[in-house]
Amino acid sequence: MATATERYQAIKEQAEQRVASTTSADQIKILIGLGTCGIAAGGQATLQALEDKLAAEKIEAEIIKVGCIGMCFNEPLVDIVKPGQPRICYGNVTPDKVRELVDDYVLGDDPRPDLAVATIDDQPLGDIPSWNDLPFYKSQNRRVLVNCGFIDPESIDDYLVNRGYHALAKTLNQMTPEQVIQEVRDAGLRGRGGAGFPTGLKWHFTRTAHGSPKYIVCNFDEGDPGAFMNRSEVEGDPHRLIEGLTIAAYAIGAERGYIYGRAEYPLAIRRLRKAIKQAEEMGFLGDNILGSGFDFHLTIKEGAGAFVCGEETALMHSVEGRRGMPRPRPPFPAQSGLWGKPTLLNNVGTMFNISNIIENGAQWFAEVGTEKSKGTKVFSLVGQVANSGLVEVPFGTPLREIIFGIGGGIAGDKAFKAVQTGGPSGGCLPASMLDLSVDYETLAQAGSIVGSGGMVVMNENTCMVDIARFFLTFTQSESCGKCVPCRLGTKRMLETLERITLGEGESCDIDLLLELADTIKGASMCGLGQTSPNPVLTTIRYFRDEYEAHIQEKRCPALVCKSMITYRIDPEKCTGCTLCARNCPVTAISGKRKEAHVINPEICTRCDTCRQVCRFDAILVE
Amino acid sequence: MTLEEKLAVILSDEHTSKDALIPLLQKVQGELGYVPEEAIFEISEKTGVPASEVFGVLTFYAQFRLKPIGRNVISVCLGTACHVLGSAKILEALERHLDVEPGETTADNEFTLAEVRCLGSCSLAPVMVVNQDTYGRLTPDKAIKIVERYRQNGDSN
Repeated sequence: MATATERYQAIKEQAEQRVASTTSADQIKILIGLGTCGIAAGGQATLQALEDKLAAEKIEAEIIKVGCIGMCFNEPLVDIVKPGQPRICYGNVTPDKVRELVDDYVLGDDPRPDLAVATIDDQPLGDIPSWNDLPFYKSQNRRVLVNCGFIDPESIDDYLVNRGYHALAKTLNQMTPEQVIQEVRDAGLRGRGGAGFPTGLKWHFTRTAHGSPKYIVCNFDEGDPGAFMNRSEVEGDPHRLIEGLTIAAYAIGAERGYIYGRAEYPLAIRRLRKAIKQAEEMGFLGDNILGSGFDFHLTIKEGAGAFVCGEETALMHSVEGRRGMPRPRPPFPAQSGLWGKPTLLNNVGTMFNISNIIENGAQWFAEVGTEKSKGTKVFSLVGQVANSGLVEVPFGTPLREIIFGIGGGIAGDKAFKAVQTGGPSGGCLPASMLDLSVDYETLAQAGSIVGSGGMVVMNENTCMVDIARFFLTFTQSESCGKCVPCRLGTKRMLETLERITLGEGESCDIDLLLELADTIKGASMCGLGQTSPNPVLTTIRYFRDEYEAHIQEKRCPALVCKSMITYRIDPEKCTGCTLCARNCPVTAISGKRKEAHVINPEICTRCDTCRQVCRFDAILVE
Repeated sequence: MTLEEKLAVILSDEHTSKDALIPLLQKVQGELGYVPEEAIFEISEKTGVPASEVFGVLTFYAQFRLKPIGRNVISVCLGTACHVLGSAKILEALERHLDVEPGETTADNEFTLAEVRCLGSCSLAPVMVVNQDTYGRLTPDKAIKIVERYRQNGDSN
């Protein structure tokens, strides 16, 4: 009888033959980034222009629609691979530019260094640098994201050709469930969803728990605003998630699994559905996987928009068809989870590491990272940073390297003010913390968390009190209402913050916020409530002067809080072009043509329209 | 087709277990754009979950709507990255332009304006989605121009 590895080899060879039959060595390959970011930046129009142009020129080229390679700031991205030449990546490719590229480089021999970002190759090409030498990629270590931007996420053959499902075959062929768990424990992998619990230990608890059947649930309810790691991972490489989950199911002894997906991610869900179907057809999911006798069935459950469902007990209630409200732990899901049965709950980011660990071993995995935080972590680097995108770095990389090295510093001519990590459960860290190592313990000590991986960079024009208010608006409306400290505490905190931003703050408000924070942290039932004061606590800890300016001087130093700013027209700069007056939605601006205009502060709603339309920088905010 | 007939077709699904409740509600909303009161009772009967509990689930999740929507749905992202890059101004401009508050539909039934917590397109912030199409790197002016394209083209896809 054929072993799992032999069956795998046969399937893989067929995939290789299919891939070889559709491509020839002398054919030009064109890769286009069509993740959500690529599409939002206009990738579909670029694709259409490319297809039309190739048809018009009668060029036979293979177009591969890939996921996000991380450089979202350069989307739409188009990469051209000519036979015998390195892959060249072009950024901000509009329909016009893609037509030029076809003319000049596909038909001609000019690789257009002026439009190129880099070669996706170890070697540069003339003036085009290698991506390894770009500041954006230099200190990245793409282990989890290795396939993202390289393979067609809708093709299981592409995944197989890149050693996909080999780790699953290896697991089923030669490893006992205990060995799999030991390997994950030895690797030191910790949960990538935010809490950082040791993954192998969780698997061990679920495996040894009494009760049957056992379930596995994957948390793909990426709700943190400012975070899109899981979306990009699934959109770019969906089979890696399926492979990780199947290995985990084998390790804990589950025959049924659920992926709880976020409703706001339609593209990722569609690709995942397709991938599950392909995996079933090829025998990587379903009954008797690779002839091993192991059965595993995977179903997608779509969430319906509730942030609290990122909490594990709430998520399981939602899978069961109920309101997604958390319950006290213990019992932990490993003992009593879905329908009261032992259940393993892991994040997408955690699962994306599993096949690598099995394939390359625990030692390989743990060779990067810090003593307690092993491996790499994917972050979404966004906000007022020059290079926003998806980055993967070893744990222990300093914040400064991520923001100023990879991220290229602050966009425009502004100063850095803070970086927000960990979403609504995390905190804002100031410039003095930039040399901190990014790992679970260090960020926690500073009052923030690694969290799921959102990293929002803020410049000097961001008001930290407003940011605290923003997060409390979020947690307050997402609080499920089950426990009083969270339901009422977040409301009181939000009211206090709103008062401060409206210029009605009182001198006792900072102490009130600290007292509320202490109670909410200590007495809330689930993680949502327990961590909800973090944005407030860190902004008070590091930006107390801003709170004091709002409360005592009724002044917003960043000129954000509307009640404390006024708009004025600089008569020296105003040319009387009337543009602002014509655009003002409340007719607060008056003045004669070619004469300086005036804003009536009584009518002005500080909507900022005038400042945005003024071509002479004549609108002053003070 | 009457609403009852439509519901009968939509709910002619063989899944009747309790964990089918949310998928059934999603199916109704996917077809009708909202969940009418009649559907609550139909689903209750089908799954054996009391109507009060169906209503409880329905109103717990932000995705579900109890009122019909306009021909186009505009969802303005209010995530963190969008917030620091000015999403409040985008929302304000659209509120003013369409003369509706978030959650409301214009009198001519052309547009429903909605807020969304994070669309995960943070690298292109500020972002909005019109129907299925995502638009990034917005300014208030650009957002209004995009929205107007939907009115003029009569494109509801």
